[in-house]
Amino acid sequence: MRNLISINELSKTYTGGFQALKDINLNIRDGEILALLGPNGAGKTTLISIICGIITPSAGSVYVDGYNIIKDFRITRSKIGLVPQELTTDSFESIWNTVTFSRGLFGKPSNPAHIEKVLKELSLWDKKDNKVMELSGGMKRRLLIAKALSHEPKILFLDEPTAGVDVKLRQDMWQLVGDLRKSGVTIILTTHYIEEAEEIADRVGVINKGEIVVVEEKTELMRKLGKKQLTLELFKKLEAIPKHLSPFNLELAREGSQLIYTYDTQAERTGITTLLGELHDASIKFKDLSTTQSSLEDIFVALVKDEQ
Amino acid sequence: MNLYAIKAIYKFEMSRTMRTLFQSVVSPVISTSLYFVVFGSAIGSRISEIEGISYGSFIVPGLIMLSLITQSLANASFGIYFPKFTGTIYELLSAPVSFIEIIMGYVGASATKSILLGLIILATAELFVPIRIAHPYWMMLFLVLTALTFSLFGFIIGIWADNFEKLQIIPLLIVTPLVFLGGSFYSISMLPPLWQKINLFNPVLYLISGFRWSFYEISDVSITLSLSMIMIFLGLCLATVWWIFKTGYQVKQ
Repeated sequence: MRNLISINELSKTYTGGFQALKDINLNIRDGEILALLGPNGAGKTTLISIICGIITPSAGSVYVDGYNIIKDFRITRSKIGLVPQELTTDSFESIWNTVTFSRGLFGKPSNPAHIEKVLKELSLWDKKDNKVMELSGGMKRRLLIAKALSHEPKILFLDEPTAGVDVKLRQDMWQLVGDLRKSGVTIILTTHYIEEAEEIADRVGVINKGEIVVVEEKTELMRKLGKKQLTLELFKKLEAIPKHLSPFNLELAREGSQLIYTYDTQAERTGITTLLGELHDASIKFKDLSTTQSSLEDIFVALVKDEQ
Repeated sequence: MNLYAIKAIYKFEMSRTMRTLFQSVVSPVISTSLYFVVFGSAIGSRISEIEGISYGSFIVPGLIMLSLITQSLANASFGIYFPKFTGTIYELLSAPVSFIEIIMGYVGASATKSILLGLIILATAELFVPIRIAHPYWMMLFLVLTALTFSLFGFIIGIWADNFEKLQIIPLLIVTPLVFLGGSFYSISMLPPLWQKINLFNPVLYLISGFRWSFYEISDVSITLSLSMIMIFLGLCLATVWWIFKTGYQVKQ
């Protein structure tokens, strides 16, 4: 898959001296969904604001579809749609007018059929003549998406798209993102909801303190950094782990009634068979066992913690 | 040139005017009519003719300029300040538009609205006093140049302002006094000599003088000087706006 956006050595230092981005290098592939994860203030919004033209970079370059975002800003910006984090809308305008305005602003001739299609897809058609101020928070979020899609962009940036929305709307949003990807739109979303990235992203980038910590295929990331745990429910409580089991780095939990073994999924041998054999020899019996895999959230927390 | 964007901004701003029709058009017309009643009839009837023109007719160009300047400032400054205030400016900054196109949209709409208002006030004045326009093309030229220049100035104020107080401070504390001092209601020859000299530093004097000349062929300064001054002011505003967009002052971080 070819790279649609290339970010090279990108840095941003604000007037006050705060360095929001430090030498960011990142390639975003055509047609993918990339989730940028990071705690508040990590630099996610600064990064997408630079690509969209809202913030001027201090150093480095960004290319969109081979075009420089500063020199060829007309071409790059016309390919991008942005849904901002804040619900910033023209309260006194009608839904139809504000979406039509967005299309014109991005240099596209009037196309009522397209606006109608977008509004219908986002369940806003019935409200097209209402003023923006009459919409609920969730509807305003959908309106911002409609505005961003009004000029048929090739790339869509969603900055915290599900912040403060209910479960139903969040699922609708994920459905919409999936549909857009199918139609060939490349999607970059920033979020701090791990389950969002886990659910819909192809790749995950973790950004912390202005630096990219890791960018990896979601499944690969989970495979590489994910750990599995085997939990054994013991018949009899143990006061301490027998010395000959120390190479397994076992953990005693729930007042000695649970034995936890953490192992690497990528290792050639997980050591489970040997452990079970050793337990049998030591007459340590168990009534149940279960395995769990670390979620993207665990990986994210570990990565950010390591950085700190 | 992104013509669709210019059209979109222009239409958006004009529709804002239509939404606030009373505040935008009816209110200035009512206050101008009151000026005619108070200054033209009540006080004007006791003032002798100025260079052969009745006082009521004499103040018409000044009154139009007063509304034109204050409305141009208000329209353009609010037009660009409001997206900054609500945050919707993100869309403008992320759109494939150059600063020239943004200016053409906002300033064009603001100037259109002010010119229409000026013409409405002119028509209203016809109801109160006899008016003669000696040079209609010059009158339109002054009308358009003044509306454009002060819309640009208003745009600069809207960019500079980071709260509603700042948005009002220049129009209220600087521009309105300059308009009153600039001869809206009198010829500067009626002022004491010192004030006449001070007034020569007032740019609005040249606008009102030139505009009045296009009506009655009487002026405080020469028409060439009037035109030169407005062109200089226009040039200064254009240069400031160019600098704002080049540096991103108060718009882009």
